[in-house]
Amino acid sequence: MPDGGMPVLDVKDLKTVFLTRSGEVHAVNSVSFDLKAGELLGVVGESGSGKSVTMMSLIGLLPSPPAEVRDGSVLFNGEDLLAVKEERLRELRGARIGFVFQDPMTSLNPVFTVGYQIMEPLRKHMGLNRAEARVRACELLELVGIPDAKRRLGDYPHQFSGGMRQRVMIAIALACDPDVLIADEPTTALDVTIQAQILELMKELRQRLGMAVIWITHDLGVIAGIADRVIVMYGGQIVEQAPVKELFANPQHPYTRALLKTIPHITGARDEKLSVIEGQPPILADPPVACAFRARCLHRFDRCDRENPKRRGVGPSHDAACFWDPATGTPRNA
Amino acid sequence: MFTYTLRRLLLAIPTLLFISLIIFLLLDLAPGDPTANLPLTIPPEVKAKIRESLGLGQPIHIRYLLWLKQFLIAEPLHVMDYMFGTDWAMGMQRVISWQTRSPVADIIAQRMPQTLWVVGLSYVIGTLIALPIGIISAYRQYSWFDQIGTFVSMIGYSVPTFFTGVLLIVIFAVNLGWFPSIYDTTHVVTDWDSFLFQVRQMVMPVFVLALYNAAQISRYMRASMLDNLGQDYVRTARAKGMSEKVVVLIHVLRNSMIPVVTVIALGVPTIFGGAIITEQVFKVNGLGQLLITSIYANDIPMVQTLTFIFAVLIVLFNLVADILYGILDPRIRYD
Repeated sequence: MPDGGMPVLDVKDLKTVFLTRSGEVHAVNSVSFDLKAGELLGVVGESGSGKSVTMMSLIGLLPSPPAEVRDGSVLFNGEDLLAVKEERLRELRGARIGFVFQDPMTSLNPVFTVGYQIMEPLRKHMGLNRAEARVRACELLELVGIPDAKRRLGDYPHQFSGGMRQRVMIAIALACDPDVLIADEPTTALDVTIQAQILELMKELRQRLGMAVIWITHDLGVIAGIADRVIVMYGGQIVEQAPVKELFANPQHPYTRALLKTIPHITGARDEKLSVIEGQPPILADPPVACAFRARCLHRFDRCDRENPKRRGVGPSHDAACFWDPATGTPRNA
Repeated sequence: MFTYTLRRLLLAIPTLLFISLIIFLLLDLAPGDPTANLPLTIPPEVKAKIRESLGLGQPIHIRYLLWLKQFLIAEPLHVMDYMFGTDWAMGMQRVISWQTRSPVADIIAQRMPQTLWVVGLSYVIGTLIALPIGIISAYRQYSWFDQIGTFVSMIGYSVPTFFTGVLLIVIFAVNLGWFPSIYDTTHVVTDWDSFLFQVRQMVMPVFVLALYNAAQISRYMRASMLDNLGQDYVRTARAKGMSEKVVVLIHVLRNSMIPVVTVIALGVPTIFGGAIITEQVFKVNGLGQLLITSIYANDIPMVQTLTFIFAVLIVLFNLVADILYGILDPRIRYD
């Protein structure tokens, strides 16, 4: 997989808050990461950890109010997306940055044909006329593996199964040949066999088209099979970042370690109980001043209550935000 | 869709026959005497003769069948004779109003234009105002526009038309003298000035009814838009880079119109029913007023015919609503 070179996406210190009736909720706290061309970046974390909100913030898809992107920069091919006008974002959305959402059953407009919905971005961003867009839409449906594509362009979403609809969503996201595809739990709402099909399709499409992908999921199994690099999110922050093999072989953050432990084993003796991470994720009413995971952490000590750990290098292109060193079982220096 | 429509139309026939029977029986059960309004100096024997001449001496099933024959056969034939100059009706007995002794259909035809102009226009205007208000209110939920819209809708919906009507008359007709308080049906539009007079005399009744209709429909529109604005497909449309105009006016609106169109279509028959109270307040002698005066006078053929025409329209527009539903929503297919 490509490594080095200019990142297509470079996010620094992104902060997003939601203004609610009971005060602010700090959903994304100083998140920084980058995405290299052609790379598949997995983003994992439990519900409410800020995965989706982070990615939506990048491109202005959060409804505002209540959401407010407060700080940071998002460089997309060198252009700061947080500083540009809404009109420019619209030119990029759907053209340079494609989206696939979680629930294919509700993500397509029920009253328009699938063909119309695929042709919309083609006509807007690529300036194709109706006939050209139709030809391209047909190619796209074939690309995502929908048989009898030409006829199916005239069908409505309810005439497709869930897996087929997700393929249509992927076709829409890929319509204008984007540099980045953001897939927000694209397989969560599908049953397991369909999930596997969609994963295979994505792998294949990535090799053919070479776009970078951000794959949001809470399924570590999916990440292991598809990602190049992984970031783990907790409490609106990135707590660990590493290449996929390194992360699974050598997890450093207690949260990552706990997550990996929750995966049941297929071989060997059966566990007495499914292992779980005790406790609840934090409610982010204030900007974090201490480690967000401390309440559920097995290795908590006094420093965790006083200071919010920053990410630091713990191995080759591997960093984690924790004061505790699993190799020695003692606090890290400095 | 065509076979569905045909099936529904065929099914409407027994439904309507049943409705006509119910109306007939109900009117027959109602107490009252068509000769009660005649002067007391007329001797009872003469009154009995009059009743007999109105056909009241016959048993109820004969009277019902006679009415059916008059309404379903004689009246259409007369209409055709009138239109094409033929002589198919051959002097067949028509449905005759007891009150005026002239054919019911002729009176309805005289009253129809006033009702269509005043009530129909108010419905059209009300709808045209309500749709954009509903759309903007939903898109800018809780903005000052939405708050004012909600307040005005609440007033328009909850304050009865006999109050707003009288209020308008007091302010604009009595105190300011801008508009006439009585609708002049005999007024004929021949030139610009007479047209302006026609507009002026329509302003107040149309406003009162349009306010009521707009209040109702804009609420439906707003609720339906709000339902759809939060849907996932809206986010998809935005993620495709569509402009807000396209997102709201194409993606959301098309979905939101589905229930609203049904409400609008189902409201159309009420236009023909006339606005009984508003017509009374402004002295518009339309269908609503006709119905009320016929009930007072025990003019059973007139009441029966008017009520039955309303029933036909309601059944018809139910079908229209269902067909529109099927056209707007591809998930609904009737065949």
